[in-house]
Amino acid sequence: MTERPAGEPLVRLSGVNKWFGELHVLQDIDLTIDRGEVVVVIGPSGSGKSTLCRTINRLESIENGEITIDGQRLPEEGKELARLRADVGMVFQSFNLFAHKTVLENVTLGPIKVRKQSKADAEKRARELLDRVGVGHQADKVPAQLSGGQQQRVAIARALAMDPKVMLFDEPTSALDPEMINEVLDVMTSLARDGMTMIVVTHEMGFARRAANRVVFMDGGRIVESATPEEFFTNPTSDRAKDFLSKILNH
Amino acid sequence: MGVVVENLDLFWSGFLRTLLMSVAAGVIALLLGTVLAGFRVSPVPPLRALGTGYVNVVRNTPLTAVFVLVVFGLPQVDLTFQNYVLAAIVALSVYTSAFVCEVVRSGINSVAAGQAEAARALGLTFRQSLGTVVLPQAFRTVVPPLGNVWIALVKNTSIAGGGFAVADIAFYGPSIIRDNPGSALWVFAGVAFFYMVITVPSAIAISRIERRTAIVR
Repeated sequence: MTERPAGEPLVRLSGVNKWFGELHVLQDIDLTIDRGEVVVVIGPSGSGKSTLCRTINRLESIENGEITIDGQRLPEEGKELARLRADVGMVFQSFNLFAHKTVLENVTLGPIKVRKQSKADAEKRARELLDRVGVGHQADKVPAQLSGGQQQRVAIARALAMDPKVMLFDEPTSALDPEMINEVLDVMTSLARDGMTMIVVTHEMGFARRAANRVVFMDGGRIVESATPEEFFTNPTSDRAKDFLSKILNH
Repeated sequence: MGVVVENLDLFWSGFLRTLLMSVAAGVIALLLGTVLAGFRVSPVPPLRALGTGYVNVVRNTPLTAVFVLVVFGLPQVDLTFQNYVLAAIVALSVYTSAFVCEVVRSGINSVAAGQAEAARALGLTFRQSLGTVVLPQAFRTVVPPLGNVWIALVKNTSIAGGGFAVADIAFYGPSIIRDNPGSALWVFAGVAFFYMVITVPSAIAISRIERRTAIVR
């Protein structure tokens, strides 16, 4: 076994269990993500992959087990939890841009309110980030005036403005028209190249092949397989993964 | 109609007192009701219980009983108001805030859950996400029902004049009738008119605010 240079993994889930009523949505999840690693989580609907993603910044609570980020255990509530969430960027399926604020205000809100940056500093950085994701000229519009792909890129800029240690993507392209998917995936791919630690729940197998260090396959609330994209797509070991891949890759 | 014109000074002085009580109680109730709504959606169970308890007790008590408690009950615990106008403002604020709370809470519930999630994911505390993301959107959807509460409040101030000797419009009406027997209909028309001087422009302002603050989604 090779020694990992970074020491403690950035994100560690151990023995995590969660129920929605009777439904055991996460079953004994063990998962570690190293600094700079890009992990793509795939699996059929209802496999628990979105729930897994949402437990990492505690938008979903867990019944037992432990989640640590950068060595620190996730607090249950209150100011400590808020502080920790500030270091974990999140991009949602439905964008969730603040509807009553302009694009620029969406990106500056966190830095001003949470990081206590000055408005001028926050706006300067926000404009850089909006340029980087290709929507700089939309800064003064409100979200409803943008296409879905543009809104999702703003959402990525909003998360990046907090300088997060890790970024969570919860099916970021599932609500998009097909022609807008690539503009979002391109931004995510360039983020991955720049060394951002990312956990991406997605159905985009092309992105998984291109950008992931590791693919985690979930089914029925369990992690069934965890392998490099190359191994997973060419030589899956579990029957469930073989079945899943045969259904989605054949058309 | 002559009787109204002859007593215009009384009507006017009553009108000003009605307006004062309405505006003061309206502002206090809006603030208190919003805080209570925050309590009712708070993650802290004791705050939730406090908010729910307040609303259930106050909303289900007749306004006259709230007045009686404030005017005669509070002095029992050595809390006496210098004048009845102040006591009336307290009673109206307490009563109206329960209705404001429920209106604002329904507005909070109408804001998509993803908005608050996105705010929390950025590291905003509960209070910050409520104040900067949820409430600004909630208020825009509840302008019409808040307008209803305001108009009801304006008319509810008449309890102060009718039963507690605050010299407002509702107080001067009956006293003018006593001095001018046979003029009741005209006097009450005058009373209604002066309430409408507040409520009708309010209704127009409310629909204007509603149009101006609408959010494109």
